[in-house]
Amino acid sequence: MNTATDTLERTKISVKNLNFYYGKFHALKNINLEIPENKVTAFIGPSGCGKSTLLRIFNRMFELYPEQRAEGEILLDGENLLTSKKDVALLRAKVGMVFQKPTPFPMSIFDNIAFGVKLFDSLNTTDMEERVEWALRKAALWTEVKDKLNQSGSSLSGGQQQRLCIARGIAIKPEVLLLDEPCSALDPISTAKVEELITELKNDYTVVIVTHNMQQAARCSDYTAYMYLGDLMEFGSTEQMFFKPTRKETEDYITGRFG
Amino acid sequence: MPEKHLSTQFDSELSAVSTRVMELGGLVESQIRQAIYALSQFSVEVANEVTAAEARVNAMEVDIDRELSSIIARRQPTARDLRLLIAISKTTANLERVGDEAEKIARMVRSIINSGAPRALPSLELRVAADLASGLLRKALDAFARLDTAAAVSILKEDDLIDKEFDGFVRKLITYMMEDPRMISPSLDLLFLAKAIERIGDHAKNIAEFIIYVVKGADIRHTSIEQVESVLK
Repeated sequence: MNTATDTLERTKISVKNLNFYYGKFHALKNINLEIPENKVTAFIGPSGCGKSTLLRIFNRMFELYPEQRAEGEILLDGENLLTSKKDVALLRAKVGMVFQKPTPFPMSIFDNIAFGVKLFDSLNTTDMEERVEWALRKAALWTEVKDKLNQSGSSLSGGQQQRLCIARGIAIKPEVLLLDEPCSALDPISTAKVEELITELKNDYTVVIVTHNMQQAARCSDYTAYMYLGDLMEFGSTEQMFFKPTRKETEDYITGRFG
Repeated sequence: MPEKHLSTQFDSELSAVSTRVMELGGLVESQIRQAIYALSQFSVEVANEVTAAEARVNAMEVDIDRELSSIIARRQPTARDLRLLIAISKTTANLERVGDEAEKIARMVRSIINSGAPRALPSLELRVAADLASGLLRKALDAFARLDTAAAVSILKEDDLIDKEFDGFVRKLITYMMEDPRMISPSLDLLFLAKAIERIGDHAKNIAEFIIYVVKGADIRHTSIEQVESVLK
């Protein structure tokens, strides 16, 4: 069991003996991992190592596709979400996700955020306006869009669209936020803003981020998991992983000796 | 570094800067050898050569630091690359200090010669300590080049010998000074000399500590030899 968390930290998501298959392909091999609450955990590893796959299991996104199957346990606050009978929409309200490419809905900036909220809360106009402003402020986007809330979401720049998606994700007040390569399509300034936001968000949420950018993992995560060919190779505090990883494989990857 | 990076350019930058440190080490070593020779032969000319080499040592230190900054800025090194670069930076600073100590010895030699009473002093014992110290520095540089932790540990132990040697020498100087007050001034020069030699040993020891830092990721400064050995297990 990889437990990097110290005793003061509460485990938010506990992965136990997780195996995952795309049809016959064994994509994740017996993963054991504990993701601490109110921390940022980064998954790194070369393409095809299973990091996005693992992330997508946390909100059962994989169920959208046939032939995909997960075995084992993923406990969210102690409840196995793989066998839960609860509505998957409720799970996804709790465990929000932001994708690699910004995916604004074809509607106004305001409605982009209000849309998800309406599914779970019935707020009056004033409360809804407050909620939208709150989410946009949290996502560090409010000052940039407050005068054009009725404009289309896709009129924003790429970096703004991505922060809009993050605002949309947090507007429904999830507990966990999954970020799948959230900055890969962004310029350095937008990236810096999103990273700043990630650090800010961990006060209220548990954040899990998949990134190809190792420096990004080093900059904004508290814990880092290195994955390779479906195995979790090493999990530890980000500082330790980037200064003196335990396994040689991790060190080779992190220092760019992998190949 | 046995394994190569995906970026061969990064590899060649790392090996270039490592080579530069070894060159600096070689230069400083020859400074010490010359300083010891100046001491044993009471040669003003050789002492002056030691002083003249200092400018080159300083320039090399500046060069190496510039290369290191450039690698760090452009490569964002991590893990053992990061540890290696930090260790190189610190080793460079230590080597430059060793150069300063050699220069200090040369200066003292000139001062003792000018005072006109050189031969009556126990400078032979100093040469023994000086040989020990310069030998230790050479070992430290060899061990650094090979990242040899076992050699690093033996250097830590040997530095204790030099420290003991120094204590004994100080006691002897005190006796000299008590016997003949006219000897106080040249004896003080010798005391500073001995201190300079003892410092060279300390710098060699520091370099040995950085080797363990690079290989094991453990900072063993200010710890006991037992703690060091437990890190290496």
